[in-house]
Amino acid sequence: MSQNETREGAQSYEIKVGLAEMMKGGVIMDVTNPEEAKIAEESGATAVMALERVPSDIRRDGGVARMCSIAVIEGIRETVSIPVMAKVRIGHFAEAQVLDAVGIDFIDESEVLTPADDTHHVEKHGFRAPFVCGCRNLGEALRRIGEGAAMIRTKGEAGSGNIVEAVRHLRQVNGDIRAIQALRDEELYTTAKDLGAPVNLVQYVHANGKLPVPNFAAGGIATPADAALCMQLGAEAVFVGSGIFKSEDPEARARAVVHATTHWNEPDEILAASRGLGEAMEGIEMETLSESEKLSNRGW
Amino acid sequence: MKTVGILGIQGDVAAHARAIARVGAASRRVLRGEEIAECDALILPGGESTTISKGITRLELWEPLRAFARSGRPLLGTCAGAILLAREARASDAHERVETLGVLSAVAVRNAYGTQVDSFAGILDPGAAEAVAEFRGVFIRAPQLTELGDSVEVLARVDEQPVLVRESNVWAATFHPELGDDPRVHAAFLSS
Repeated sequence: MSQNETREGAQSYEIKVGLAEMMKGGVIMDVTNPEEAKIAEESGATAVMALERVPSDIRRDGGVARMCSIAVIEGIRETVSIPVMAKVRIGHFAEAQVLDAVGIDFIDESEVLTPADDTHHVEKHGFRAPFVCGCRNLGEALRRIGEGAAMIRTKGEAGSGNIVEAVRHLRQVNGDIRAIQALRDEELYTTAKDLGAPVNLVQYVHANGKLPVPNFAAGGIATPADAALCMQLGAEAVFVGSGIFKSEDPEARARAVVHATTHWNEPDEILAASRGLGEAMEGIEMETLSESEKLSNRGW
Repeated sequence: MKTVGILGIQGDVAAHARAIARVGAASRRVLRGEEIAECDALILPGGESTTISKGITRLELWEPLRAFARSGRPLLGTCAGAILLAREARASDAHERVETLGVLSAVAVRNAYGTQVDSFAGILDPGAAEAVAEFRGVFIRAPQLTELGDSVEVLARVDEQPVLVRESNVWAATFHPELGDDPRVHAAFLSS
């Protein structure tokens, strides 16, 4: 066989999941301009997420939240050499085509933006760029993987500065996985039906005790201890959105969250990371949010 | 049994641990100088080279890692790990310089193929070292190695670019032999 016949490009699912593997143990930070991206890279972020507004500002301002402007993405890419991610609205495959064409490293089909389709998500296999999607439970995670997502993250509650939803979603996904491991083979079909998930992926989880793609945490991480909590609950890396650039000293906090994520199971190191950070972002108590205000309810 | 350390600052540590298990050796994630010194072989995994480089500074591991390289024990870097081994890491001028160990006589050009949409997988060119002949390499935002020193042996190429090289005890792959289930690169490294 010639070289050309054996060569596979970025559309290969293995290559997409491979980039997600490379981000394990790291921190992906939301940034809105090149200056913030520089601070994120300097602090040891594994990737930056380019946005017009961080989730807490989207929440405050209201209105329709769309894909980031290309000028912002290009400005950030000229400034940093780490991977640049960007979000598209749920189901907005044309926004995804634009990001794919500009050569983005990862696309987040995100509930943080205003959904473009209230029934369907993007069919993700056809793109060169890999996708990450949020989930609250195993069924949602496997539906997104079935559509082609190469990385899964919890939804948590973006822009809230409150870790409770991310914890709930991590426990739910991992609890769902343990429950499936306890089943007999013939029970997987009805379970797949109940979860609304492809049966082959339920069978994978049964056999391997994990998702077929990396499983990261997002939505409400504001402190080094929040990051360590998610890692100890089984997350393989963390996204920090508003938590860094809405805090008093973003540079110190960014470095501290990176340190705590590397040393997630060493309390002395998490302690060291927790000193001298100034104020964290302000948080929102979940009970004060109505169901329609919860971003995590978006996605189908 | 040999214990292979995997630098655990960030990256695909778990994938390397699986590859090491496949060739019947034990591995451990290492984060401290004394842990590095105890290992029989050491791997710098794939991940983000800037993130890992800054982590090495934060954890004060430059000297322990250089001492390990000098000790003659096998040292392998894959992708980001290969960049960290090089004498210099080069990127576009606007981007910050990544500090490296300088234990491999080569210059690493970061993201030499482009962004993730330019990542690819393919079989090594004919003429690769017998132990890795027709190995399928997965290249993810991969670097290239240039300006190789005379003592650097090229074990494999893709599109005529060196992708697997060896200088005495130091091995560097610009691809990810830890992904997939072919253990031959790890086996050759550990038997060196």
